Amino acid sequence: MQDLALEKTMEPALAVSNLNVEILGENGAFPVVSEMSLSVNRGETVCIVGESGCGKSMTALSLLRLLPESARVASGSIKIHGEDFLAMDQRKMEDFRGDKIAMIFQEPLTALNPVLTIGEQISESVRQHRKLGKREAFARAVKCLELVQMPDPERRARQYPHELSGGMRQRAMIALALACEPKIIIADEPTTALDVTVQAQILGLISDLQKRLGTAQILITHDLGVVAEIADRVIVMYAGRPVEECSVYELFDNPLHPYTIGLMGAVPHRGEAEAAPRRLADIPGTVPPLWDLPKGCAFAPRCPGASSRCLEERPPFVEMKPGHFAACWEHDHA
Amino acid sequence: MTLPKRFRNISLILGTLIVLAIVICAVFAPYLTTHGIEQMDMRNRFSGPTLTHWLGTDNFGRDLWSRLIFGARVSLTIACISVAVSCIIGTAVGLAAGYFGGWTDLILMRITDIFLGFPAIVLALAIVAVLGPGMVNVALAIIVVAWTEYARVVRATTLMLREQNYVLAAKALGADPARILVKEILPNAMGPIIVLASLGFGTAIISESALSFLGFGLPPPTPTWGWTLSYGTRFMRDEPWLAIIAGATIMVTVLGFNLLGDGLRDALDPRHLSRSAGKKK
Amino acid sequence: MPDTAEQIAPAPLLSVENLKVHFAIRAGVFQRQVGEVKAVDGVSFSIGAGETLGLVGESGCGKSTTGLALMGLVRVAGGRIAMKGSQDVTSMRNVPRSHRRRMQIIFQDPFSSLNPRQRVRDIIRAPLDIHRIGTMEERRAEVAKLISLVGLRSDQADNFPHQFSGGQRQRIGIARALALKPDIIVCDEPVSALDVSVQAQILNLLADLQSELGLSYLFISHDLGVVEHISHQVAVMYLGKIVEIGPKKVIFSKPLHPYSELLLRSAPSHDPHHRHQFSAVSDDIPSATKKPSGCAFHTRCPLATDLCRRVEPQLETKAHGQSIACHHR
Repeated sequence: MQDLALEKTMEPALAVSNLNVEILGENGAFPVVSEMSLSVNRGETVCIVGESGCGKSMTALSLLRLLPESARVASGSIKIHGEDFLAMDQRKMEDFRGDKIAMIFQEPLTALNPVLTIGEQISESVRQHRKLGKREAFARAVKCLELVQMPDPERRARQYPHELSGGMRQRAMIALALACEPKIIIADEPTTALDVTVQAQILGLISDLQKRLGTAQILITHDLGVVAEIADRVIVMYAGRPVEECSVYELFDNPLHPYTIGLMGAVPHRGEAEAAPRRLADIPGTVPPLWDLPKGCAFAPRCPGASSRCLEERPPFVEMKPGHFAACWEHDHA
Repeated sequence: MTLPKRFRNISLILGTLIVLAIVICAVFAPYLTTHGIEQMDMRNRFSGPTLTHWLGTDNFGRDLWSRLIFGARVSLTIACISVAVSCIIGTAVGLAAGYFGGWTDLILMRITDIFLGFPAIVLALAIVAVLGPGMVNVALAIIVVAWTEYARVVRATTLMLREQNYVLAAKALGADPARILVKEILPNAMGPIIVLASLGFGTAIISESALSFLGFGLPPPTPTWGWTLSYGTRFMRDEPWLAIIAGATIMVTVLGFNLLGDGLRDALDPRHLSRSAGKKK
Repeated sequence: MPDTAEQIAPAPLLSVENLKVHFAIRAGVFQRQVGEVKAVDGVSFSIGAGETLGLVGESGCGKSTTGLALMGLVRVAGGRIAMKGSQDVTSMRNVPRSHRRRMQIIFQDPFSSLNPRQRVRDIIRAPLDIHRIGTMEERRAEVAKLISLVGLRSDQADNFPHQFSGGQRQRIGIARALALKPDIIVCDEPVSALDVSVQAQILNLLADLQSELGLSYLFISHDLGVVEHISHQVAVMYLGKIVEIGPKKVIFSKPLHPYSELLLRSAPSHDPHHRHQFSAVSDDIPSATKKPSGCAFHTRCPLATDLCRRVEPQLETKAHGQSIACHHR
């Protein structure tokens, strides 16, 4: 069903189908990402949202084949502009990384090399993919810093990461990712480590850049506020699986999955609180550990509307309304 | 075996077995020996390993096996005393320096540096030369140098631990420094201390042997390993096994303690702890 | 219901006047003092009984340091911290235990705030041991009560911290803070490290405890949504100073200080139909070590004039119990 929807448009920039990632633990392998499918078109931003341990970061890392040694892709395919990324050899994959697909990390202080200047890092990355002289590459780096609206880019290019503030570092990180004009950007919690006023600037920058460059973006976040600000389409993940996928408007107007509804109730909304603290609609219990998932729907033990069927059988991820997918028995209209 | 996973590493198991064997030898020495340590058998001087003399005899025809077994008692006793005392002194100094910081830290660590600055063996020789030989003095000579290692490691650990929020929480509850050091910091610093102590046994045994080798250990006829090795070298050309066996005994013992220490370091590694507790990252 | 300023109780439970905390900047081999950071630079506020004051601001504004200073965990350079019915503790070298019993703290990171080598029941009992409250039997009973009060199961008392999730660990920290029956709890970013669904559980727990036990909170957070949810009064901090303080409703609906406005404008909307048009332009964000002259916010302020660069504005009371430090509002 999902495939049909995709064929209508042109070929997506990035298409992931039925991706399964597992971690090799001491007691055998257990899945961290299961049956994950997604596609991103040019100029589109897809947000993957979920709480810690839901598999969103593992999904992001597997998209760049950057999984840690203890994890591996068990099955599924990742296609970048129609080419099978998982089947590529080391050389070709390295050519793709940075050039066609790039990543923005959460913590720019650890993701940038502390002993190289910002300009050196960007130009080095450029020279890996383009035949450019040192000077030309450096000029390109300055251009990139200009692109991310870094004030005084010439001077900043000669500075080291620790000389920049958190927001500036994240701008440098974005410039580094954009250095070779990749068509796909994966951003893993790009604003989580930032203060709220700086977060606003970086979110502004990300959407501004997308409008100008037309990249396909996947943005991983735990923050529904960020989702509301920047997403076109949203995938909600829980315990390693997608549980809901739809447009951002549909998600906030008509959420279907009880987990999504729970998350929205749990966030204290700005401008709604009364003088006396009201109770938030919390989700009881905690996320089950991935190595010990319940038999049926993973959310069933915390779900207010769980039936006996939910505890026994896992609901399939299906299209409930046009363009709105969810995995829940309660909303099974088929 | 149903050991928890983190204790299943080769060096830990091997180290434990060696150390256990030597401790058993030392404790049950009278039951394991075939001859008295001073019983001479002049007809069988320099006999190679035989059925009656398992490891052969020395220049007086004394049974080497028995002398080495009793030697283990001497070595382990001195090692025990010196490790225990230097561990206590070093830990106390390290805790105080790390926790209180400032002038306390400055003074305590400069004192530590002074002790570290001396060449260890020269300092030990000087102490034994002044105080005279004897078990306590030999132990003292080892302690004087060994405690500094504990002080430095414990100080570094304390510096890290005192920034932990649970220490802050204890302060917020009104706990006094003594309680914080004993209840909050020390239990979390035990890992490195235990590792250091087991490595310290090895070092202590080497130091004791070195002193004996140089003639500054316990005086003959006490059957120390160092002395056995030392006079064994005199007959090295014709009867090499004397020195070889004595040397091998020291080597295996030290190896045992070092393996134990390395194994414990892995087993007590906090990253390992949290992994076995079922956490990611 | 504690509402606007007209109703402020005659003598607040806690009043803080002109609190200052300075940190030395040391450099070089001999760690000579080369400068000073005024992390908290003359902060005043008060908290009534059963009331929550939300302290918001961005990293480095001194909000956490303010909390630590109240607890006597950092050296106070000046000012007055007074609790109703207790002596002034600011100038004391060692804060007396009687003061500790009235004020407690919950930390942000639920992983480093509990000693990994202690069992939960020992962690919660520690305050009773330290203050020698009750017999061993009574302490044990009290610990059991606290464990159920914060929503943990009694059979979890013998577990070690690493066997709990983040939210459960935060509950343990809350139980420890409650053991001494304090009047005020300093909550230093208590939910920032938690997932949204668990965050809601803890916020609800804190609200329940407040109405059950009549607790007051100083709630320190960078999250505007959380602060708006839980606070009665709100203070906005910028580089060591409170720039705006007043009833929550007023501050969140009609902020007067340009910095409060900026903060509120920067918070994501949670409504895709009404997106902010965030500007990508960066402004010059100063740090506490290089504080601008005059009004510290003038480098980022759209209203800034020459006066702002020269003269530091003082907190002035405006209508609706709101006080702000700005020359132009």
